[in-house]
Amino acid sequence: MDTQSAALRCEKLVKKYGELTAVDGLDLEVRRGECFGLLGPNGAGKTTTVEILEGLSDPTAGSVEVLGMRWDRDPRALRQQLGISLQETHLPDKLTVEETLRLFRSFFERGRPIDEVLGMVELHDKRKTWTTKLSGGQKQRLAVACALVSDPELLFLDEPTTGLDPQSRRQLWDVVLGFKARGRSVLLTTHYMDEAERLCDRVAIVDKGRVIRLGTPRELIASLGGQQVVELATEQPLRPEDLAALPGVHGARPDGDGIALTVSELHLSLPAVLDRVEALGLTRLSTHHATLEDVFVTLTGRHLRE
Amino acid sequence: MNAPTTQIPATARHPMVELTLARLRIFFREPGAVFWTFGFPLVLAIALGIAFRNRPPEPVRVAVESPRLLDALAPSTGVQPRLYDDAAARLALRTGKVDLIVLDGTPITYRFDPTRPESRLARALTDAALHPRGKPDTLDAPVTEPGSRYIDFLIPGLIGMTIMSSGLWGIGYVVVEMRVGKLLKRLVATPMSRPQFLLSFVMMRAFFLLLELPILLGSGFFLFRVGVAGSLPLLVAVSLLGAIAFAGVGLLVASRAQNLQTAAGLVNLVMMPMFVASGVFFSTARFPESVQPFLRALPLTALNDAMRAVMIDGAGVRGIASEILVLALTAAISFAAALRLFRWR
Repeated sequence: MDTQSAALRCEKLVKKYGELTAVDGLDLEVRRGECFGLLGPNGAGKTTTVEILEGLSDPTAGSVEVLGMRWDRDPRALRQQLGISLQETHLPDKLTVEETLRLFRSFFERGRPIDEVLGMVELHDKRKTWTTKLSGGQKQRLAVACALVSDPELLFLDEPTTGLDPQSRRQLWDVVLGFKARGRSVLLTTHYMDEAERLCDRVAIVDKGRVIRLGTPRELIASLGGQQVVELATEQPLRPEDLAALPGVHGARPDGDGIALTVSELHLSLPAVLDRVEALGLTRLSTHHATLEDVFVTLTGRHLRE
Repeated sequence: MNAPTTQIPATARHPMVELTLARLRIFFREPGAVFWTFGFPLVLAIALGIAFRNRPPEPVRVAVESPRLLDALAPSTGVQPRLYDDAAARLALRTGKVDLIVLDGTPITYRFDPTRPESRLARALTDAALHPRGKPDTLDAPVTEPGSRYIDFLIPGLIGMTIMSSGLWGIGYVVVEMRVGKLLKRLVATPMSRPQFLLSFVMMRAFFLLLELPILLGSGFFLFRVGVAGSLPLLVAVSLLGAIAFAGVGLLVASRAQNLQTAAGLVNLVMMPMFVASGVFFSTARFPESVQPFLRALPLTALNDAMRAVMIDGAGVRGIASEILVLALTAAISFAAALRLFRWR
């Protein structure tokens, strides 16, 4: 195995379903040992992209190289080295956690002992429990465990925490961070900002089948020009342009019924903003640290949840 | 994390073993599936056996309007006369309480509906009782010997039907459920061998057959004295081949269906013609000569014919060579076609 190459690389990836173009010339490179996030709203083409990279569907055009191998040449060797968790998989209801893992383990030539995997996902005390009796978070950890039994070089996670409660999400993040700490690579898709910021070394923001911005979460947030976001609304009409020139303000955009500003120095901008809007009747004001959500909205004018 | 950690062997078992074990576990943890596979054929055999059990001939019921005829027919065992007045007799005939009205006079008049077979029978029996012409020169030989009763015909057919329906339902439904739940897609994302996956269903069916067969054969024997005239190992081998053939058909039926409704429709579409035309409940000989070659090519016809040949006639391998060929071809073609057509996502 070529250890110098990227864990994963794809160039000019295109996938068309009839008239619909789901993936529209997408380039990606995931480095060895990195956790890479594909971030975008539903329908952005994340899952289609990931399934092409996983060798589950063929691209209309473009090239894919995974762990230095290609799906058309070494499908068997590739399958042995990948761990894959699909967006939603209904594992057999009436197999126990242990039986399910043993089944998946049997498909691989090499792998980790089931006991270790149970420990990684903290399902030791559920080993004799039927899948149907697990909670949503436990089921999702079992699904990830099925991807870990082969001790993969590269782990694919497609929206691993969608629909989970906050505690289950954090437990799953710990599983991913533990996997990454062993020097392995991860490609995950998510539409949760906090997940990408927490887990990913680098993030590609995907919209309409293309990568529209790429960088570390910190870089992407810094690209806004300011680290803080001020959101406000007034009784009297107010345009973003009216605030854009105030000190410390790097960007201003409409946001729902009000305006969102990106600012670098809150202590300079806030008094100026308050002064400017005083006569207009302030109805709402809040500030927060800039997130990837703000990056996405700034780039596309839409929220990720839309 | 204080669970015992020594129970799990470090080495992984062969995927074929794990796949088959998974199939068996899932099946046996589903009480409904267990009943339909094992219990239902048994219930059916018992119900049909009771309904079609061999009974002594029932006497025909006849209305008479004069005491003289009542006396004349009373000694006859095959005729059960009752005295009615004219209106009551007509009502009894209309409502099916009697099959025939006998009116005294010269000549005697029979009033009956000639389209009712039992009325024609009643007329014949009554006529014979009233006009004995010496001893009859024929002798009736009642048929009650094992081997030629309806239940002897029925049991092999029920076994064949069970093998077909548990193959098609047990595989078709489960496979489509796995496709709907995206489990198939998840499995092909691993290095799992696709032929081995499909083969695990065939293994499951073969294993179940070895449980089903003793239940069906045993109940046939203990309840109805239906025995096996030929070789028991040959019977087991034939039914095993049948189970494998219908496992292949089940996989083929399930190879592309995207939801459970489609799967159920396809299963019924495949099974219904064979239920009717493959000689489960009545002989295929009732169909016209022109369609016989098609009926013989149906796998269930082949299975039923082979089962009956071994159980009733004591046939050997040579006697059922063409049936074995049909079943083997069904198995090979359907499995190969399923592997080609199978939609994994």
